[in-house]
Amino acid sequence: MMEKMIFGRYVPADSIIHKMDPRSKLMIIFLFVCIIFLANNVVTYALIGIYTFFMLGLSKVPVRFLYGGLKPVLWLVLFTLVLQLFFTKEGALLFEWGPVKIYEEGVRMGIFISLRFFFLILMTSLLTLTTTPIEITDGLETLLHPLKKVRFPVHEMALMMSISLRFIPTLMQETDKIMKAQIARGVEFASGPFKERIKAVIPLLIPLFVSSFKRAEELAIAMEARGYRGGEGRTKYRQLSWQRADSFQIGLLILLTILLYLLRS
Amino acid sequence: MKESIVTLKEVSFQYDLQERYALNNVSFNIYEGEWLAIVGHNGSGKSTMAKLLNGLQFPQEGEITVCGTLLSEESIWDIRRKIGMVFQNPDNQFVGTTVQDDVAFGLENNGIPREEMVQRVEDSLRKVKMDKFLHQEPHHLSGGQKQRVAIAGVLALRPSIIILDEATSMLDPRGREEVVETVRLLKEEKSLTVISITHDLEEAAKADRIIVMNKGEVFREGTPEEIFSMDEQLIQLGLDIPFSVKMSKAFRQKGIELSKHYLSEEELVTELWTSRCNM
Repeated sequence: MMEKMIFGRYVPADSIIHKMDPRSKLMIIFLFVCIIFLANNVVTYALIGIYTFFMLGLSKVPVRFLYGGLKPVLWLVLFTLVLQLFFTKEGALLFEWGPVKIYEEGVRMGIFISLRFFFLILMTSLLTLTTTPIEITDGLETLLHPLKKVRFPVHEMALMMSISLRFIPTLMQETDKIMKAQIARGVEFASGPFKERIKAVIPLLIPLFVSSFKRAEELAIAMEARGYRGGEGRTKYRQLSWQRADSFQIGLLILLTILLYLLRS
Repeated sequence: MKESIVTLKEVSFQYDLQERYALNNVSFNIYEGEWLAIVGHNGSGKSTMAKLLNGLQFPQEGEITVCGTLLSEESIWDIRRKIGMVFQNPDNQFVGTTVQDDVAFGLENNGIPREEMVQRVEDSLRKVKMDKFLHQEPHHLSGGQKQRVAIAGVLALRPSIIILDEATSMLDPRGREEVVETVRLLKEEKSLTVISITHDLEEAAKADRIIVMNKGEVFREGTPEEIFSMDEQLIQLGLDIPFSVKMSKAFRQKGIELSKHYLSEEELVTELWTSRCNM
C-alpha cells in the first residue's frame, strides 16, 4: 500500500518531461505555484488550463495514473467548491431554498478556487510522476546549495533523503516478514475492534524499531569503512545536465507569467 | 621471504563497560598476497579484530601497522583506502539507491573525478559479474548479488587488502559460493591480500592459513590441514569441522587408511573411488 503511495508514483516513459533536468522541473513547479495566484478571470484561468494540459500531454503519462494521484484530494476540491458556494454572499442572488442562498460571486469564486486547486495538484503530481525520488533529491541538493553559506546542512539532508528512499522497500519487506511472524503467533492485524487492532500494531512496531536502529548503526560503520567523512571534498557520481528543453520550458513559463500579468483584471 | 602487510603487536582491546578483554595481547603477521582465515566462536574477538584493522576501534594497548603505516587517528583515512571491508548483512551496507550509485559511494567519498568514477564503477562491476544490473535497486537483488556489489564497491577503491567480516554468513549456499568464488578469482588476478573472518570452517578450508581465536587470544595458527588435524579441540571451541574432514576421521576410525585429512569433498571422493578399487 505504502509502496504504491511512494514508488508507484513514478511512471517511466520516454518523454520530454521525463528527460528534463530535475532542477528545472522544481523551479517550474515553484514558479507555477506562485503565478497561479495571478489568475483572476476567465481568460487567465483558461491560459493556465491550456498550459497545464499541454504539459500533461507532453509527459505521456496515462490519464489513469493522474486520476490515481488526484483521487485522494478530489474531495478537498469539492469541499472548497461547496464552501465557496454557500458562504460567499456577494453579487446577484441566483438561487434560494429556505436558509440556503447561492450568489453569483459564490459560484464564480467556487469554480475558480477549485480550478486553482485542481491545476496545482495536476502539476505537482506531474513532477512526482515523471521524476524519480532520487532525481528530486539531487535537484533539491543543487538548488539549495547556496544555503550552505548560512550553515544549512544541504549535503546531509540530501544524503538522509536518499538513504531513507533506499531503505523504504527494505523496511517494507521487513514489516511484511514481522507481520507474518506475529500472525503465526496468533496476533490478529486485520480483524477485531478498533482498539484491539491499534494494540496489535505494537508487536509489529517494536521489532521494526529495534532492527532499524541496528541497521542504522551497521550502515554508519559500513559508510565510515568506505571513507565517508561528510560532504567536504566529495565528488558526485550522478550528474544533472541542463538541456535545451529545460531552457525552453523555463522560457515558456516566463511567457505565461507575462501573459497572465497582462490579461488579469 | 614473504612480505608482511599487516602487523599486530601485543594488541589488547576492551569494550566500554566490559570487564573482559575482547582481545588480549594478540600478535601476528598477515603476509602480502595470502588468504588468511580468522575463525572462532561467537565472542572470540574475531570481529573486533576486523574493526581494529580498519580503525573503526582503537586498541588500548599495542600497535597495528598496515602497509607500513602505523594505525592512528591521523592515518585512518589513508588506511581505510587500502583496506576494503565487506560486512555481514548485505542490506545494511548498501548505501546507494541503485547498484551503480552504491559502487560509486566510496569513490565519491574519496573525491575521485567523475569521468574516472564512471570507468571504475563499470570495471569493478564487470569483475564481479554484476555489470548487467547497473540500474537495479537493492531490493530486487539476492543476498549473494548484494554482497558482490559490496565487493565491487570495495574493489573500485583499488585496495591492497580485503576483509570479509562474516560476509557469507547470511547467505544461502549458492550465494556463499558466488561470493567466495568471486573473491578467489579477484585475489588471483589482483594479488590482493584477503582476510576472511568467519565461523564457517568449510570456507576457512579454502584459505592459505588459518588463525583460530578463542576468548580474545590466538589459540592456534597454521595451514588448514594442520588446523583440522586438531579436530576434537576445534569442536570443544564450538567450531564445526567440515564434512569431508569428519568423513576422513570416521574412515580412519574404521581402519580405512587415507593419505591425509581431506579439506574438500572432491579430493576425498577422488581418493575413495581411485584407491580401493579391487574389482
